[in-house]
Amino acid sequence: MTYFFSCIAVALCLIMVLPLYRCLFGPTVLDRLVGVNAIGSKTVVLLLLIGYLYGRVDMFVDIALAYAFLNFVAVLAASRYFHKRKGLYEESFME
Amino acid sequence: MHILINIAAVFFLVMGLVFFLGGAVGIIRMPDFYSRLHPAGKLDTLGIFAMVTGLVIYNLHHFSLETLLLSIKMFLIVFFVFLASPTATHSIVDAGMRAGLRPWTQKKKKE
Repeated sequence: MTYFFSCIAVALCLIMVLPLYRCLFGPTVLDRLVGVNAIGSKTVVLLLLIGYLYGRVDMFVDIALAYAFLNFVAVLAASRYFHKRKGLYEESFME
Repeated sequence: MHILINIAAVFFLVMGLVFFLGGAVGIIRMPDFYSRLHPAGKLDTLGIFAMVTGLVIYNLHHFSLETLLLSIKMFLIVFFVFLASPTATHSIVDAGMRAGLRPWTQKKKKE
């Protein structure tokens, strides 16, 4: 079962590459924010799987909870910061 | 009994992986910022729910007070994500609307 958990963790890391493309080449700032949010929500599950691999789930549950909270606060703060920015519509056609 | 618990855990973990893959492909393939938020907001929430459910089922196969408290804590993460993920998605949409980002249409693309 440990082997299966490590396979799932590697597959989750490979899935995280796809939103990373949106983070790097997203046309606007808010597209990058969407990619960061998607990567963060996958990282919560990845932390729990790492806890099973090390046999210390009781510790890694707290880390995963703190990571989910930090991800939420970061997305809220960044979207409150970027809503004043003008010219996002023209920026979305530059590609 | 042991093998049944393992089968259920594997089923839920693979189901969560499929949902995460769908969300990631949707974030890549959708044409517009607002339509990209649709897979990002929903499928990630359901993927976290399925994967944590699988881990909780695997965790409970030797039942004691410690593993029960650990499983309740894991479901608290799911509860928090169920509250936080729609809020974050709504906040990003609100930022886009206030910044004047108009939705994608077919006619705009041809110009």
